Amino acid sequence: MQKFYSETSRVDDVNKNLVPKEETIKFLLDYSMALSVIDYHKMKFEALLN
Amino acid sequence: MMQSTSSDAFLVNAYMSGNEAALSELVTRHKQRIYSFIYSKVFDRDVAEDIFQDTFIKVIKTLKRGAYNEEGKFLPWVMRIAHNLVIDHFRKNNRMPKFENNDDFNIFSVLSDNSLNIERQIIKGQVENDVRRLIDELPEDQKEVLIMRIYKDMSFKEISLQTGVSINTALGRMRYALINLRKVIDKHNIILTN
Repeated sequence: MQKFYSETSRVDDVNKNLVPKEETIKFLLDYSMALSVIDYHKMKFEALLN
Repeated sequence: MMQSTSSDAFLVNAYMSGNEAALSELVTRHKQRIYSFIYSKVFDRDVAEDIFQDTFIKVIKTLKRGAYNEEGKFLPWVMRIAHNLVIDHFRKNNRMPKFENNDDFNIFSVLSDNSLNIERQIIKGQVENDVRRLIDELPEDQKEVLIMRIYKDMSFKEISLQTGVSINTALGRMRYALINLRKVIDKHNIILTN
């Protein structure tokens, strides 16, 4: 029973300064760089250029 | 790098016109709020990371396609995407419930993989070979009964019919076969475990 009462609240974790990993950010910026949208006769094509 | 005082609307427009640095500024500006929001729902750093990434992939695609109408609500829009992806995550998990381990109980302490890995298969093969070699050393009458009983899975009645001895004799031979095997194993300190 002791454990039920003494368990740390998970809400406490959320209050910490949480940020995503650097590599996630880097991936997104690289993805954005590589993605280009091509317009063709009212159609849009996505192309990932590495 | 953009000035951090630029408004979201200005950065969004700059990004839509091809300025990649504007996206970097937008992500840096809002990453903590968006990530904390996702984490507050899923309570798992890795899942939060995945959802954060998927959120911005949607944002990037929508902006690059020019499908976003700038009305000064960039952050609420991104939060809405994140919120929808969190819901998708829970829907997916409801179809495939996930067991969460904690310090008190770990599911892997009661679940085990009983199939033999390569090392165990080799050990099992070696043990079986050793046992066969030991059986070969037994006197012929005991060996015959033991092979019929253990390897051919015959009953003592069937053994007695086939060998032409009484059931009691067959039982006795089996008993001596096992006693003799144990003696040899003890004498030579043979370890037969898997």
